[in-house]
Amino acid sequence: MPEKYSDIGQARGAGRESRRTFAFVRPPQLGSSKVAHYPVVIAGGGPIGLATAAFLGKAGIKSVVLEKHNSVSDGSRAICWAKRTLEILDRLGIGDHLLDKGVTWNTGKVYFRDSRDPVYAFDLLADKEQKYPAFVNLQQYFVEEYLLELLAEQEFSEVRWQQELVALESSDSEVVVTVDTPDGRYRLSCDYLIAADGHRSPVRAMMGLDFEGRVFEDNFLIADVRMKAGFPVERRFWFDPPFNRGQTALLHKQAADVWRIDFQLGRDIDRDTVLDEKNVDAKIRAFLGPDVDFDYEWVSLYTFHCRRMKQFVHDRVIFVGDSAHLVSPFGARGANGGLQDVDNLVWKLDLLMQKLAPADILKSYDEERIYGADENIMNSTRSTDFISPKSEISKAFRDAALELARDYPFARAIVNSGRLSVPCVLDESRLMTADEDDFTDTMRPGSPCMDAPLSCGGEPAWLLEHLGERFVGLYFSDSETPIPDAARGLELGGIPVDTVTVAASGQDDGEMCDENGNAYLHYDASPGTYYLIRPDQHVAGRWRQFDASRVADALARATCQTT
Amino acid sequence: MHRELRIDDPDAFYERLIELHANRSAADSQLINAKLILMMANEIGDRGVLDELLRALQDDSSKDASG
Repeated sequence: MPEKYSDIGQARGAGRESRRTFAFVRPPQLGSSKVAHYPVVIAGGGPIGLATAAFLGKAGIKSVVLEKHNSVSDGSRAICWAKRTLEILDRLGIGDHLLDKGVTWNTGKVYFRDSRDPVYAFDLLADKEQKYPAFVNLQQYFVEEYLLELLAEQEFSEVRWQQELVALESSDSEVVVTVDTPDGRYRLSCDYLIAADGHRSPVRAMMGLDFEGRVFEDNFLIADVRMKAGFPVERRFWFDPPFNRGQTALLHKQAADVWRIDFQLGRDIDRDTVLDEKNVDAKIRAFLGPDVDFDYEWVSLYTFHCRRMKQFVHDRVIFVGDSAHLVSPFGARGANGGLQDVDNLVWKLDLLMQKLAPADILKSYDEERIYGADENIMNSTRSTDFISPKSEISKAFRDAALELARDYPFARAIVNSGRLSVPCVLDESRLMTADEDDFTDTMRPGSPCMDAPLSCGGEPAWLLEHLGERFVGLYFSDSETPIPDAARGLELGGIPVDTVTVAASGQDDGEMCDENGNAYLHYDASPGTYYLIRPDQHVAGRWRQFDASRVADALARATCQTT
Repeated sequence: MHRELRIDDPDAFYERLIELHANRSAADSQLINAKLILMMANEIGDRGVLDELLRALQDDSSKDASG
């Protein structure tokens, strides 16, 4: 059985048996000289490839996912799903699954040396009135299984197991791919090939493309273990603890009594020695003590990479997730960044394929997600420099900040055990219309919309449930400022703008009402305020009053129809 | 950034600074200095000023000037 990622990690014990496997199904094109055409082919059936297929399916676009293995991820891998990711997956209807199955956490604690008291603690969810928490921890394979169930229920996507993309030819009009299967090879053509084939991306290699940036020399050991433990549900990070002297350690709880323990090992290690079960045991025993029973779920050794491709879009081949960019894991910016790629890409591809937007809109995916990737790489690089100081003086500053942190609150902000994934604000995007009216900038053009609890016909609802998958004009009304007729039925060159109104507190007009005032507060709204919101829930523009021509300009800009 | 003296009784300050490091190992002194820099940076607070100080030493024009 081919193992996924066997080169860098391995599932052991119960972990190995519990993964679902999928049989090879002989594709109809095998043995035929005719090349079947699909709108989209996706290389790679990890969380990013599967989510791409799911969002394309939601838009009615057919796709084929080629996955060379026969199972979902054999190891826990990505485990920290950030609030923005949960909101994105909520639009596919599986956000609740993650919330129900996973472990919710909002707080983190940082420990230093032998003290049992943290040097500081942080809360990542400032505003509690949100549908989703700061993070849900859940093994990657569960998320893949939810996505697969979703794909099985719809007719637009097909996942082909044990089928590997082994060659491609890209032209002006299409991409032709050669697929290897246990029964031989066949070819498919597509309008667009989406490469979601991971950090070693064979597609990237086949195209001879660059992957630039820094590789760090420090080594880290992930040991995911099953055990009954009463540790609190929070992110715990240690600098120089007694059980891993001179190094760091990180602990996360996952679903079904699986815990992630991540040990820093230092440079110049011998891989085989480190991965020897006796040595892994000794490390875990030093942490847990002699009496805790545990079983291995997954063990992996890794080094940090902070790298990205120079460009993510290469004509008709588009890179998403780890194939396009890599970060260190301290910050949960890998899969979470990848999901933001998918969210950014699919609506643009949809408009382009419907000929409602010019090809330039794909370039905007490149621009916006390179901006996002650079933000993730910057944060990840800074965390790495703090966690793994490369010189004596760098270590002195690190220890100075940690030693000061207890008595001097300012130093806590300098301590960096990972800056956890927050959604990217697309500040520099040319698709956004800058404010002309006076607004606070907590949320601003480029921001993903913030959630708020509303009442909808007397029933509780969340604002974000009403946004996404189409352009929305979000109108803040009150009895004296009802939505103008011109704001309804707005359309530009075939792209409609759906209207959602939110009435001020106490002015329930039967649609949605902001009883607690959270939406008005977060959106700095006054009666008459109008937000134009993209299909990926990012703010494209906003005004104190609705003005059809200004909205039309902003919509044209948001869809690359202005020069 | 101020290039002219702003410290009252600079000799006394300098003496106190050296005293802080008396009987310390080089590593210990380095840690103390790192703490001092972080504390002073927080006192200054202004990122523009801090950047200016860092830039001044990055280029190290003072060394060339003293020749």
